[in-house]
Amino acid sequence: MDGVHDMGGQQCHGVIEPEIDEPLFHDSWERRVLGLVLACGATGSWNLDESRFARETLPPAFYLSASYYRIWLAGLEKLLLQNQMVTAEELSDFKMREPAVPVKRVVKAEQVAPMLASGAPVDREAAAKALYAVGEMVRVRNYQPQTHTRLPGYIRGHVGRVALVQGCHVYPDSNSLGMGENPQWLYCIEFQSAELWGDTENSGSVMVDCWEPYLEKTDSK
Amino acid sequence: MVVGALNCLLFSPLRIGYYAAMTEKDNFEHTHHHDHSHDHDHSRLDETAVRVRALESLLVDKGYVDAAALDALIENCETRIGPRNGAQVVARAWTDAKFRKWLLEDGTAAIASLGFSGRQGEHMKVVENTPELHNMVVCTLCSCYPWPVLGLPPTWYKSAPYRSRAVREPVAVLQEFGVELPAEKLIRVWDSTAEMRYMVLPEQPAGTESLSESELASLVTRDSMIGTGLPLASVQK
Repeated sequence: MDGVHDMGGQQCHGVIEPEIDEPLFHDSWERRVLGLVLACGATGSWNLDESRFARETLPPAFYLSASYYRIWLAGLEKLLLQNQMVTAEELSDFKMREPAVPVKRVVKAEQVAPMLASGAPVDREAAAKALYAVGEMVRVRNYQPQTHTRLPGYIRGHVGRVALVQGCHVYPDSNSLGMGENPQWLYCIEFQSAELWGDTENSGSVMVDCWEPYLEKTDSK
Repeated sequence: MVVGALNCLLFSPLRIGYYAAMTEKDNFEHTHHHDHSHDHDHSRLDETAVRVRALESLLVDKGYVDAAALDALIENCETRIGPRNGAQVVARAWTDAKFRKWLLEDGTAAIASLGFSGRQGEHMKVVENTPELHNMVVCTLCSCYPWPVLGLPPTWYKSAPYRSRAVREPVAVLQEFGVELPAEKLIRVWDSTAEMRYMVLPEQPAGTESLSESELASLVTRDSMIGTGLPLASVQK
């Protein structure tokens, strides 16, 4: 989806403003939102890609102006509604009206440390050989789904070199739709800055992780 | 393929007031987020705080969230992860050539050997700065960041200016961070679009060869491991 979240290369967003000795959270509710997002995610009602899609499809004006944890809060409320875990009425006054729907798990305090320490790896056994090899030139397909993708718009149609073959990973474009993991080969592609941005003051490059379906063969050298 | 459009439309009519209220508040916050001694719009701030507290109670009442687990999740993120972990990894790489080689070949395993692993660090790739090459990490699509070694990302890392500009004009971005690199040095920007998490292995500052591993770790700043900074040149007393 060509959403407002796909910011790479956009202009006029202004200067970067690092905050000296920035605290971990700016308000105490932010730490509760972080905890709620992690705890609700652990119920297994949605996957990481579905949660990204929920945030990306928030109203653009809201996405651009809201603080980070406010976006997380809005995304969480949206996911809870989508999964019928709460009703709109319940979200309006926070009084429980409907019984809970069954969820896969409710994480307990003693499970938290092992859960976070093991994480959720996304590498999977490959069903087929990788189509591309390190050093090969590839072109990014003109692929424009209305749904979630991790293909940033700024590399579409551009040619780059396969720098790394990262393994076979869960494919977000399928996983975000609840259509299964559909693992695909993942490559790190190196794009020359001049290829992406035309004349540029730096002769460097941008490295972007791309799943195999994002790419096609090219004769470009 | 109308799912995307549906996703955009489904809840916004219902929630227009909510988004409008939150947006208005945040415009204010954005222009002021540098100076917290300024007066805040306390009523709206409280509104969100109240909303979050109410949502938390609802989710606990419904049995989706265990209150003790919630506290443990937050505590874990506040205490177990952070840039001091990454600094230890860098200092080890500076002092142990075998570890350095392992770190560059299999970042996930080498980092786990020092006790740092897990969520948002399942697939680690450590990229090495050299006299010819400077690396810098961004996530243009959201806020992907290697939690076990660097902790939660700073606000600027998640902000539109950094996400938009890092890939297009890294030299200007680095200058804003006070980093001036020799013109001939190549800059490589890593956009974290997948679940690979990148960490920069900065160059060891000249003249620090005699320092201990823990003294070296104190030179390693968070930004030097994102690539928007360089390590400190000497130990701060």
